[in-house]
Formats: sequence, C-alpha cells, structure tokens
Amino acid sequence: MADQKRKPKPKKDEETAQAAETTATEEKDEELEDLLDEIDEVLEVNAEDFVRGFVQKGGQ
Amino acid sequence: MAIPKICGIETEYGISVRGGSDFNPILTSSLLINAYAKPAFKRVRWDYEEESPLRDARGFEREQTETVVEDDSGLVNIILPNGSRYYVDHAHPEYSSPECSNPRDAVVWDKAGERILEDSIIAAAPLLREGERVFIYKNNSDGKGNSYGTHENYLVDRETPFSDLVKHLTPFFVTRQVFTGAGKLGAENGADEVDYQISQRADFFEVEVGLETTFKRPIINTRDEPHADPERYRRLHVIVGDANMAELPTFLKIGATSLLLRMIEDEFITDDFSLAQPVRSMRTVSHDITCKETIELADGRSIGAVDLQWEYLKLAKKYAQDNETDAGSAEVLERWEGVLEGLESDPRSLSAQLDWVAKLSLLEAYRERDGLEWDHAKLKLIDLQYHDVQRAKGLYWKLVASGKIERLVSDDDIAFAVDHPPEDTRAYFRGECLRRFSDHIVAASWDALIFDSGDEPLRKVPTMEPTRGTKAHVQGLLDASPDVSSLMANLSA
Repeated sequence: MADQKRKPKPKKDEETAQAAETTATEEKDEELEDLLDEIDEVLEVNAEDFVRGFVQKGGQ
Repeated sequence: MAIPKICGIETEYGISVRGGSDFNPILTSSLLINAYAKPAFKRVRWDYEEESPLRDARGFEREQTETVVEDDSGLVNIILPNGSRYYVDHAHPEYSSPECSNPRDAVVWDKAGERILEDSIIAAAPLLREGERVFIYKNNSDGKGNSYGTHENYLVDRETPFSDLVKHLTPFFVTRQVFTGAGKLGAENGADEVDYQISQRADFFEVEVGLETTFKRPIINTRDEPHADPERYRRLHVIVGDANMAELPTFLKIGATSLLLRMIEDEFITDDFSLAQPVRSMRTVSHDITCKETIELADGRSIGAVDLQWEYLKLAKKYAQDNETDAGSAEVLERWEGVLEGLESDPRSLSAQLDWVAKLSLLEAYRERDGLEWDHAKLKLIDLQYHDVQRAKGLYWKLVASGKIERLVSDDDIAFAVDHPPEDTRAYFRGECLRRFSDHIVAASWDALIFDSGDEPLRKVPTMEPTRGTKAHVQGLLDASPDVSSLMANLSA
C-alpha cells in the first residue's frame, strides 16, 4: 500500500509466525473445550430443578 | 499496641439433600457431624459458660429479645483433635478453625474444614435413605434471598479504641472485595439488578456498625466475646468476607487485614479514608466487574477500590519496614501488590488467582458455547457447584485439576491439619489433650477444658491466653503426663 521502503520479510517466517499464533489459540480453545466437557460430566442433571431445591435458611 | 494476630475462620456451610422427601437441615447436619466424629470426641460437651454474644463492643449488653442466641440447646457440638469446633449452627453445619498464628496456617486449617465436611458426607452415606444424596457448599448465598457467613476472627489489643477500628476497617472491607469476592450471579436483598457481581455477601449488608449477624447486617460487627482474657484482648469478629475456594484470596484476606490491624493498634495511620456512604459503596464495588468505578470519600474525594487498596498497601509496606509483623507478611505484601497490579491492568488476568474471576471465566465460556442468557438455570448451577466441597464434583476442583487455578498450600499440609492442631497457639493444648485424654474430658471450649480424672472433683483448666499452650510450652508437660491425674499435678506444679 504505502510506498515506504520496507525490508522485505521472508514469506516463510511470516507464515510460520502466523501459524504458531493460530496453533496457540487453537490449543487454548481446545483446552477450554476439554475443560467444559469434563465439567459437563459432573454437572448435576436438570439444573433448574436442582438449583430450585437448594434453600439455606438460618445463616449469619 | 500491636499484638500477634492470632486468627481463625468460621465457615457456615450450605447444605442440601436430593432424592429425599422431607429434608430437615438440622437433622441432616447432625447426621453428618455424628457420622464423622469418633465416639470418644462426641462425649466431650461444649462449655457455653463464657459465651456472651449479646455483649456489644460499644460498651453495653443487650437484652435477649428476638435475637437468636447460641445456647446449650442440645444441638451437636464437638471439638476435633485439630483444635477446631464442628457443630450444627441454626440450620447448617459449621466449622470453626483452630487458632492460627499466621495467614498461611489460616489457609491450611480453613481448607482442612472442607476435607472434614467431605469426609462427613462419605461417613454419612450409608446412613441416608435409599436414593438420598447430601451436598455441601462452601459459599454464602442460595440465590433465593438467604445468606450465611464466613467469619474471620482476629486477636486485637483491648486498648485500641473501637472507633479507630471502625474508621480504618470500613473503607478497607468495602474495597478488599476486589480480591476476596467469590463471585455471584444476580443481585439480592433489594440491590440493583446485575448480571454478575464480585461478592456473594455485599448485597446483604445494610448498616455500618452493629451487633446483628442474621439481618440488618453491619459492615463492622460489634460482638464482644473475646474467649480470652477480657482485660487484655478483643476478638474482632468480621462478617463481611466471602467463602473462598481459592487459597490466595484467603491468604490475602487474613494477611492484609492482620497488617491493617497492627497498624491501627500502633496508631500508624494518619490518613482518613472514611467513606461518604459505606453501605452503598460496598454494593457499588461488588457490582463493578471492571474494577474501575469510583466511590466517594467523606471529604468529597472520589477514588476507585483498587486505588484505595493501593493506599493501604503503601502504608503496610512502610509499616513492615520498621515494625514487627506476623510470619509470612513479606509474602502477603508481595502477593497483595501483584493482585492489585493485575486488577489495575485487567482483572481477567487473575482468573488463576481469584475466585470471582475464575468463576466468571467459566460462566462466560458456557454462555458462549451453549448460547445461554445470564439468568439461565445452568449458569446458576455452575455458580453453585463451583463451591461443592466434594473434589470429584466441585467445579473449583475441576479447575485445579486442569491447572487453571493456582494453589498456595499442599494437600499434605491440609491432610496434616485435619488431624493435628497448629503448634503455636493454645489450639495445640486443646487438640493434644483431646487426642490423649478424650475419655476424661467432660467439656471444652475456646478458653477452657474441664477434666475428670475419676476420683477427684472436676477440674477446669482455663486457656484464656491464645498465645500460650503451644507445643513449645506444653509438649514436655504432656509427654510427662501418662494420665489426667498426673497432668493436673504437672499443671499445678
């Protein structure tokens, strides 16, 4: 775009850097997905009913 | 004058039973405690003689009218060999940690309570009816208008004017929420609606100073029940804190407050950070997850919660340079600073350190994945199950397992604390006597043990001094006492 003098970055380095960033983000997303999957397994079924059933009176 | 900050945390655990028809929280709480406690410890009665929950620090004693007073109503109430008190309080199980001398120990013996509750669930399981399951939550809100407390207790010099405590602690308590909050969906108690807020407790506080704990909750509680020599000591009873699963918030909660108390005792603070509207500010701070909103001081200035915490930290750092502090204070100062830096730049950067941020990240991940609105039942379930004490089910523990939450203390330390008292407070004497002589202890409390050696009248041994009765003081004496008679003789010598 601009006609500044720019040191041409070797295309390969740029691609590698971008790829690395994408991989890192993908990894993080996958990690998070795995975590949610694990939590899904222990979350009580029928959230509405369960939450409604918890009433704690008499506290300080 | 500044004195050692002997401290402890009392936690009221939420209790729920699924699969049953007529759930009675008092009965189930009793069942849990009775199932856990060895028969020997159950025989030791709690000694109520020194209790005075209606005595007010402002210098009067209230008549017992509507206030429900703890009394010898026959509810299960035991001392454990780690020096703690484990009992049914109103409609829930409560664990009061033994006296600790420093913030790190306070964390360890607080976490030990969770293990005791989980072990109680396991012990009680065969005693439940077919299909029944018990759930225990270390939190402060049921999402239906009820709140229950996590109270901190600190040993304070009696000479310190109570008004000084009110003046300096109020702005501190209002603003420390930014790192102590455990996070909560929605608002309660008539507070302005909000999707998510920092503290589970903030909305329930209605007055600045007062004796009440179950309604009209005060930011500064005036209960005057020292459980120690009343000429020398005050026990500051703090009811504003959240129940924390993460260990760093508990560490900072106890550590930073302890440093502030020493500064107050030594009249070190000349600034006046009094707030224009403390109760309102408490909600303002809690309802602002960006941690950027300002609150108004009485002198007209406006300041953000994090900035006010910076003021306290600066004072604490200066104080610690030239004055004695409790063990671990260097670490407290370092971690306090790190947290304030994080909150200042981006609170979300602290998802591995603070309960409210960790929980918020989890809720947002579910919102995104499943397209849920803020008031969806599944999110409410996550808000609750984050605090489940069972390590196989609690969402906090799932975060720990996937390396997403920072630990401060080890599971070995916590396991030790389940069965052993701290070694450097009177809890040591209490716990060790219970371990060695439970058959001959008739009653116990924070400040006394009543022994029955069999052929003599009952002997009451006062433990009015929280810093005495340590391992250093009494181990030799205990080892030289194979039975209660010799213990009594050795104590009198």
